[in-house]
Amino acid sequence: MTFFIQLLVTGIVVGSIYGLVALGFVLIYRASDALNLANGEFVLIGAYICLTVMTVYDIPFILAMLITLAFSAVLGLVVERIILRPLQNAPIISIIMATIGLSSLLGGAVHMIWGTQPKSFPPVFPPTPLEFSGIIIAPVYLYSFIIVMALLIIFSLFFKFSKMGIAMRAVADDQEAALSMGINIKTVYAMTWAIAAVVAAVGGILLGNINGVSGSMATIGLTVLPVVILGGLDSILGAILGGFIIGILQNLAGGYLDPLVGGGLKEVAPFIIIVIILMIKPYGLFGKGGIERV
Amino acid sequence: MLKVNNIEAVYDRIILALKGVSLHVPEGKIVALLGSNGAGKSTTLKCISGLLAGEGGEITDGQIEFLGKNTNAFTPDKMVRNGIFHCMEGRRVFPHLTVEENLMAGAFTRKDRRNLSKDLEQIYEYFPRIKDLLGRHAGLLSGGEQQMLAIGRGLMAKPKLLLLDEPSLGIAPLLVEEIFKNIKQINQDEGLSILVVEQNANVALSIADYGYIMEDGRIVMQGEVDSLLSNEEVREHYLGIGKEEITNYREVKMYKRRQRTVW
Repeated sequence: MTFFIQLLVTGIVVGSIYGLVALGFVLIYRASDALNLANGEFVLIGAYICLTVMTVYDIPFILAMLITLAFSAVLGLVVERIILRPLQNAPIISIIMATIGLSSLLGGAVHMIWGTQPKSFPPVFPPTPLEFSGIIIAPVYLYSFIIVMALLIIFSLFFKFSKMGIAMRAVADDQEAALSMGINIKTVYAMTWAIAAVVAAVGGILLGNINGVSGSMATIGLTVLPVVILGGLDSILGAILGGFIIGILQNLAGGYLDPLVGGGLKEVAPFIIIVIILMIKPYGLFGKGGIERV
Repeated sequence: MLKVNNIEAVYDRIILALKGVSLHVPEGKIVALLGSNGAGKSTTLKCISGLLAGEGGEITDGQIEFLGKNTNAFTPDKMVRNGIFHCMEGRRVFPHLTVEENLMAGAFTRKDRRNLSKDLEQIYEYFPRIKDLLGRHAGLLSGGEQQMLAIGRGLMAKPKLLLLDEPSLGIAPLLVEEIFKNIKQINQDEGLSILVVEQNANVALSIADYGYIMEDGRIVMQGEVDSLLSNEEVREHYLGIGKEEITNYREVKMYKRRQRTVW
């Protein structure tokens, strides 16, 4: 039982990070109908920048994180301006291809700058594990969870109440009508990419603290795909819940099934879930297939 | 207030949609732009609001002048900031946003955000139905309710000139009357100038001060509402008050052809 709860807790924490990264993915999909396949590289770059700022310049974690977020926001804006804006009226498939190219480019840049050796963060969170009635939680998990939840709440409020948040959802609903409201679509796109890069960077920093930083972190970009397909590509709530579900299932599969099959199932499990979900609910759990008026 | 001077508009660099349209909207008046399908009414509105570029169209000749400024090259958001709000054809509410969020989206360009709640109250007064539906997704409203929302959303931008594209489209006749009454009310209370495009000439002329009639990308007739209402051709073609019974289909065709050359 303790083993089960242990897996569950790990799953929830990792899942919340998936949810956060997936949020960026969903935002871009909603704004431009395109999948951003370079999402994983945003995660990677976020982790490396934060690590470098901390180790090379000896800046405390919180400050380093803020610097990283600012850098990521700028990166998102630059990518949007240089790569996405010229493709504004291009077919969706071209945009997706461009993000694939971008992912190779960014991935290559990361290898060039930081090499391929895995690195680890200097200890940020207290190393002594916390114990809650037999269940052991590493502080890094607990704090990661708190940071993610805080961010998710901030973003939910932003989308629900702020002028820009409503504008972003309006653009997702009907671009031309949003244009007629006086909403500047270019600004909305730029904001979308900035936010996507920022949440990805936060995910990268937290995952880097948990597992160490290496080029393989970019695969989270792929793991997030099942998350958003499960939740529904265009649903913010779906992305978050999907993140939890995938995180938990992945860890349970890793804990119980991996020993039986000799390992590797943890990585595959989310993709098995995609196939099943697509068969049963093609729009995902919360995706909209279009509202039908009664 | 708004002067459209001999504009020519082209879609995809090849389809000539407007062939020299001129019209004038005086301050505080309601002007109706009438005509059949494909006459270029919506295109005219899109030229004015700047939405034309988003559909691959462009103004190739003529000028649009609003409050003394040439606005030909203005983007839609700049146009809204300058005081022209375009309520698009087919209502185009944001289906997955709630009614309240739709109204707030309309207020996107407003700088004086402190007055928003007061303006919301004002809109509930014009359209009491909206108030009961605030938390509902706009996609689930009826056509009439959506149209009210679309107009209310436009008012939230506090425009000086409201462009209404076919507010009667696909709406129950009773509601059409109510909506047009509301439009007149808004025009009188706020002194808001309105340019309304309609196929339903009867209801549009019932509230308008001045009317233009378009056909095939041109203005073919214009005048004070009274003079339009008493004009034989208008009565026959746009108001459906025919003078003679035509029984033979061939005659109808001939008749239409004859009429068209007159325009």
